Amino acid sequence: MATRSMSSYDAIVIGGGHNGLVAAAYLAKAGKRVLVLERRHVVGGAAVSEEVFPGFTFSVFSYVVSLLRPEIIRDLELPRHGLQILPLESTLTPLPNGDYFAAWADHDQARQELYRHSPKDAEAYDEFGRLMHHMAMAVKPIIGMVPPDPTSLSPKDLLGLGRLGRHFHGLGDDKFCALFKLMTMSSADFLEEWFECEPLKATKSASGIIGTFLGPRSPGTAYVLLHHYMGEIDGAFRAWGFAKGGTGGISEAIASAARTFGAEIRTEAEVSQVIVKNGRASGVALADGTELKAKVVVSALDPNLTFLKLLDPHELPDDLVKGVRQFKFRGSSGKVNLALSELPDFTCMPGRGPHLRGAISISPSIDYLERAYDDAKYGEFSRQPYMDVIIPSMIDPHMAPPGKHVMSCFVQYAPYQLNGGWNDAKREAFGDTVVDTLAKFAPNLKSAIIHRQVLTPKDMEDMVGLTEGNIFQGELALQQLFFLRPLPQWAKYRTPVRRFYQCGAGTHPGGGIMGASGRLAAVEILRDW
Amino acid sequence: MLKVTPFHPRTAALSQGQAWRRWAGHTVLSSYELYHDREYSAIRNAAAMIDVSPLYKYAIAGADAERLLDRVLPRDMTKAKLHQVMYTPWCDAAGKVIDDGTVSRLDDQQFRLTAADPNLRWLHHNAVGMDVTIEDVSDSIAAVSLQGPTSRDILKGIAEADLDTLRFFRLTHASIQGIPATISRTGYTGDLGYEIWVDAGRAVELWDRLIDGGEAYGITPAGILALDIARIEAGLLMIEVDYVSAHHALIEAQTSSPYELGLGWTVKLEKGPFVGQAALAQEKHRGPAWQFRGIEVDWESLEQLYAEVGLPPKIPTVAWRTSAPIYVQGVQVGYATSGCWSPLLKKYIAMAHLESRYARLGTPVHMEVTVEHRRKEAMAQVAKLPFLDLERRRA
Ligand SMILES: Cc1cc2nc3c(=O)[nH]c(=O)nc-3n(C[C@H](O)[C@H](O)[C@H](O)COP(=O)(O)OP(=O)(O)OC[C@H]3O[C@@H](n4cnc5c(N)ncnc54)[C@H](O)[C@@H]3O)c2cc1C
Repeated sequence: MATRSMSSYDAIVIGGGHNGLVAAAYLAKAGKRVLVLERRHVVGGAAVSEEVFPGFTFSVFSYVVSLLRPEIIRDLELPRHGLQILPLESTLTPLPNGDYFAAWADHDQARQELYRHSPKDAEAYDEFGRLMHHMAMAVKPIIGMVPPDPTSLSPKDLLGLGRLGRHFHGLGDDKFCALFKLMTMSSADFLEEWFECEPLKATKSASGIIGTFLGPRSPGTAYVLLHHYMGEIDGAFRAWGFAKGGTGGISEAIASAARTFGAEIRTEAEVSQVIVKNGRASGVALADGTELKAKVVVSALDPNLTFLKLLDPHELPDDLVKGVRQFKFRGSSGKVNLALSELPDFTCMPGRGPHLRGAISISPSIDYLERAYDDAKYGEFSRQPYMDVIIPSMIDPHMAPPGKHVMSCFVQYAPYQLNGGWNDAKREAFGDTVVDTLAKFAPNLKSAIIHRQVLTPKDMEDMVGLTEGNIFQGELALQQLFFLRPLPQWAKYRTPVRRFYQCGAGTHPGGGIMGASGRLAAVEILRDW
Repeated sequence: MLKVTPFHPRTAALSQGQAWRRWAGHTVLSSYELYHDREYSAIRNAAAMIDVSPLYKYAIAGADAERLLDRVLPRDMTKAKLHQVMYTPWCDAAGKVIDDGTVSRLDDQQFRLTAADPNLRWLHHNAVGMDVTIEDVSDSIAAVSLQGPTSRDILKGIAEADLDTLRFFRLTHASIQGIPATISRTGYTGDLGYEIWVDAGRAVELWDRLIDGGEAYGITPAGILALDIARIEAGLLMIEVDYVSAHHALIEAQTSSPYELGLGWTVKLEKGPFVGQAALAQEKHRGPAWQFRGIEVDWESLEQLYAEVGLPPKIPTVAWRTSAPIYVQGVQVGYATSGCWSPLLKKYIAMAHLESRYARLGTPVHMEVTVEHRRKEAMAQVAKLPFLDLERRRA
């Protein structure tokens, strides 16, 4: 073993998040000798499951999967390596007046429920769904392509741009306009054109604000609505839902596939630097001083760490350094994981029912969300936060001891730049706010809590190396997508340092458990080989 | 009115969409919920509870019970140990499959045969001159199948029985909180699972005990739609879908031998005389004309066919049971009889009869699919059955 670690690799991947693992698996599958170096004791990064309290396993950070690329599932044979996606079908939005709004999986049931709130919306819903289907179909190919560089005159880029142009042109005027609206409007405004039911609008628009420091009325948030529908197009693949064992189950499956192809994965191996000689990467230096050689080095970390920590900024063009410094992280999300002695009992829908196997969204109205954002704008966490809650143990009984439960609360807003900064007291106060907010809808919650884990954006930065705690390795805002992600001219997984590549969620197509960045990076690396 | 099963008071109350269907003259639920997704997931991730009472069940007892079964079944019944269960087809004199089911040795001279079709007359025909009683106990015994990774934990909580030592295809007598039951480690899903057999009069009680004891383990009543997907993944045959009973076939071409159904392993030619032996020996020597195999449809090819009409791929959300032609270079070489999207394997799979020379694993074939009303051929390949081979099934 000792001699092996001294020897050199074809490729070293820095960071064992799911994208790093995907890149490693594809490189190893192509016959390369690959080493993955992960700082933590577990692989997975933001897609990780840990037994935080004895018997209680949590998807510590990310908690649902929707956009994991089907081609990756196939190419890496992930089901054979344990990937199993379980259905998560409904969304319940409890309302302050004691009522609720439920989005059920069954079409008739969903319509009836919407009809109860607004007969008009019930009809608009199908039409809206059809439009979004077309929009998602239009945008979907982009997820699977390496972004062409619009400033480049290379034949490949021109060809790519041409294809893209024709693709959008082929949409027809109506759809093109709708797409333009989606790209520019706020999710609230966009939805307002269709619906009047407040909890429907709010719950839907919430998907546009996740992971951004924007509110539902901020322009540009409508686009992210599409992601949901993109997941639905792949619905036949059933890649939407809850990963068995938590999201770490996905990372474990990818890691297992990578190992089967021959990749080596080392945990508790923090990389401090990429070794660069004559403008060319030749290996990495670990925090413990070890140096490892490789023909190619790939960073799965975010753009800030990739360019400004692993490299010496002096070796980079000034505009790139400036660009990275301007790249928007500004994490805004928190996570509260609860171990429960019994199920929460929601006043609006008492008892143990199917709603506890779906998501519970604390998003009664657009105003509610916007107010939550208002607090954050001025450096406070939301006094009444937006929340997306699931109870994984209701879906996968192995997550908690029999009869006990785990609950995952994704919370916004918790700004990274909190007035006075984050500390233990602030963290606990934030945790209390989350529990208090939920307990208004499920009064037994407080007494059911056995353990609680509260994660602030600062904690996410410290634990997984997400700069400013941004859950997507950088905001998914339009100015940071596609050929602008992470930076114009450096959106094709390459860097100014030869043989040094990037493959994390900070590259196109961005955050979420998609694996697309890792795969596309591997494709480009192999192209250069 | 068709018959209902002994669990009916409970199953009917849980039905959300009144999705009833027939099974052996009974009404049973296709799915309890409006959509069967979660019921399927329970089979693979927690525990599903499936009412299998409509199965035909025969109590076969007497000094010649073993002799009768050895005569009608191709498996060697003299080797059946106490409390062993065997899966088996049975054939007519021409060696063509009549039915398939399980046979359990409950005692030295006492067996239970389960079947998909009525077999009483046929059993009696073969029992002439033997010291044996054959009783149709179909209505007096209720059966529920508990399938999935948490099934053992659930039973351990409520049954007085040594479930840790109960091996695959063995049974044990147990008391489930006072209800006398037989628990066999069997099922139709390819997963860890058990079938629980009780007096029909205690069925509702059993149901309640299971639900109570299983709640913490994700127990979920599941209907036939969920079961159908699981059994295709597990490569398990269904009569009148994947083969036609020799007793129902109107032309010879509709019949199949065990060798043609991938059940050659059940045929013990070297044992004493049994129905169909000579014909089966001949067929074995000659080599079967057909093989039963898995088909894996190439997803990209399917995607392409749909993209040509501007649609994302669409396949039935329930398992299909129609016949789909299989081609090699434009010539039909077989037909698929069941297929589904496997949520677990994330593959579009089917089971097919193929002419033997095209049955080699990995053979590239095409399967007929209908895309927007037009017949198309999707690329596919011949695959091993079962598609799914879970360790926990036997462990
Ligand atoms: C709280 C939260 C909730 C989320 N919810 C969802 C969700 O429900 N659904 C969804 O699809 N997405 C969700 N996301 C987003 C999604 O999890 C991420 O976008 C995705 O996991 C990013 O994967 P990655 O591999 O690109 O990067 P990361 O997961 O960030 O991986 C980077 C890896 O590098 C390691 N590392 C860092 N520094 C070093 C170093 N110096 N040396 C070696 N290793 C190092 C880290 O430990 C980490 O393992 C969520 C994210 C968070 C934080």
